[in-house]
Amino acid sequence: MNNQKNKTGKKAPFLETLIESFIRLCGISSIIFVFGIFFFVFKEGAGFLFGGLDIWEFLTSEEWYPTSLNNKRYGTFALILGTFSVTALAMLIAVPFGLGAAIFVSEFCSPKLRETFKIVIELLAAIPSVVWGFIGLTVMNQLIIAVFNAPIGLTMLNGGIMLALMSVPIIVSIAEDALKAVPDSYREAAEALGATRWQVIYRVLLPAAKNGLLAAVLLGAARSIGETMAVLMATGHSVNIPSGPLSWIRTLTATIAAELGEVAQGDEHYQVLFIIGILLFTITFVVNLIADLVIKGIRQS
Amino acid sequence: MNSNTNISPETMFTETDIGRRNRFVENIFKAFFFLMTCLMILPLLLIIGYLFYKALPVLSLDFLFTNPKDNMRAGGVWAPFLGTIYLVVVSLLVAAPIGVFAAVYLSEYARDNWFTRIVNLAVVNLAGVPSIVHALFGVGAFVLFARLGESILAASLTLAIMTLPVIIASTTEALKAVPMSFREACWNMGATRWQTIRRIVLPNSISGILTGVILQVSRAAGETAPIMFTGAVFFKPIVEGNPFAYNITEQCMALSLHLYTISTQVPDVIEGIPYGTAIVLVGSVLLVNAAAIVLRIYLRTRKKW
Repeated sequence: MNNQKNKTGKKAPFLETLIESFIRLCGISSIIFVFGIFFFVFKEGAGFLFGGLDIWEFLTSEEWYPTSLNNKRYGTFALILGTFSVTALAMLIAVPFGLGAAIFVSEFCSPKLRETFKIVIELLAAIPSVVWGFIGLTVMNQLIIAVFNAPIGLTMLNGGIMLALMSVPIIVSIAEDALKAVPDSYREAAEALGATRWQVIYRVLLPAAKNGLLAAVLLGAARSIGETMAVLMATGHSVNIPSGPLSWIRTLTATIAAELGEVAQGDEHYQVLFIIGILLFTITFVVNLIADLVIKGIRQS
Repeated sequence: MNSNTNISPETMFTETDIGRRNRFVENIFKAFFFLMTCLMILPLLLIIGYLFYKALPVLSLDFLFTNPKDNMRAGGVWAPFLGTIYLVVVSLLVAAPIGVFAAVYLSEYARDNWFTRIVNLAVVNLAGVPSIVHALFGVGAFVLFARLGESILAASLTLAIMTLPVIIASTTEALKAVPMSFREACWNMGATRWQTIRRIVLPNSISGILTGVILQVSRAAGETAPIMFTGAVFFKPIVEGNPFAYNITEQCMALSLHLYTISTQVPDVIEGIPYGTAIVLVGSVLLVNAAAIVLRIYLRTRKKW
């Protein structure tokens, strides 16, 4: 379809040329928007980024005192640690469940059951993040207080469980695609040698699909890093170097969401929040790029 | 007839010890993975059930059609509900044409080269940008640069760009599913590329396109972070019962932000109200999604090829 041309030699009518240029414009719109996002976020933060912000301190200091009167400090180390620790915890919970469910859906399920599971997973993915946050605030909060005898249940563990439930659908659907992409001849060859279903999965399918599974985990992690409302509501929201699953933390995303409404447009604090935005954009861009390269690696092999 | 040979059908198909053990191990693993899948799905059912149970005292049709009252401590969700509808509809009007045409470009025009790869990468990355970064972009681009101010328009444009990849992905899939021979037959009749797209490709993939559009609606309805600073406000009462009570150059309330506000910022809310708000939000989103699923299944059964 890509090499088809209008070979009749007639000139295309004006309207059609117009529509085709509109289609081309829409086609490259995603590129424009990605650059636009970077440009506008960068533009709002650039003044302070190049004029006054100590970037080393920004990345490594744990002192986040943006509203202090005489000792303003913009150190995001605790926030970065908060983001990565809650993401790591979420992945620790989500990866075994996600991969286990993907294996079950793709290898053990009858077609009818598979359809049902896929629909439920789709619905799980559709629940808005603010509702997950609300569940963390109410249900999970009480559960954690009761189970761990903790004073407050709004902790890293709470946020991690919420993020795990949110990223599991992504992990399942991408991991299932990866398992499906393994040719049936691999399974048949292994079964012909007398391997049991589990041996086929463990020795043949998992090694063959490992790139796709890795991409699934990466995309799940990217989703967790970028998630805002759930962690804002469920993790206790206090700037703190995390010391364990029951400590309170605060993430990069939650900081922007909580503080952007309170700052005056154009002042240092406002610009720092946009610089955090640039940092987040860069982190998720890199993770997505790696996932894309990993997936591309499968297609070539 | 087989009675005098060594291998009778009976012994041939009797299980050996090793076969029995293997089957046992396999069943254990099957049960294990089934359990994992269930453990993933059970929370969904339990949580929705719990929310519904807690929301029961306030749920009624009145809840949907009265404004929040008493500094949002009582009353219903009319203003936020209508605000969410406004945001979703305006963002849909922007995102649907751009998304569908972008997918047409990717599936019908783009060649398999480095540039197309970059376009695809951009779509993936646009989907991966955190929602709060979209919010910052909305503030920088629409609220300040385009001078729209904090308005329904600015918030909807932010939502539209954020949900664009949803439409592009499912529309591309739908267009790719139209068999190549359909297009070739049309070209052979002397139709131009656009005529082929308009008369053959789009009508044959309309179900998939609709599914994508519906999923965009459900995604846009649930988002909170992108609209927080671009157009949604904590509190703004409107005329009850008038579906045209908002103006798109003004701010509005939204269900998702309302849920955040009354569950974290407002003390002493009547207990059922946050749960009721959550149920209205989850209910609308899941209903919209269910509509997409039903449509997909229905149209799959009457596919022509």
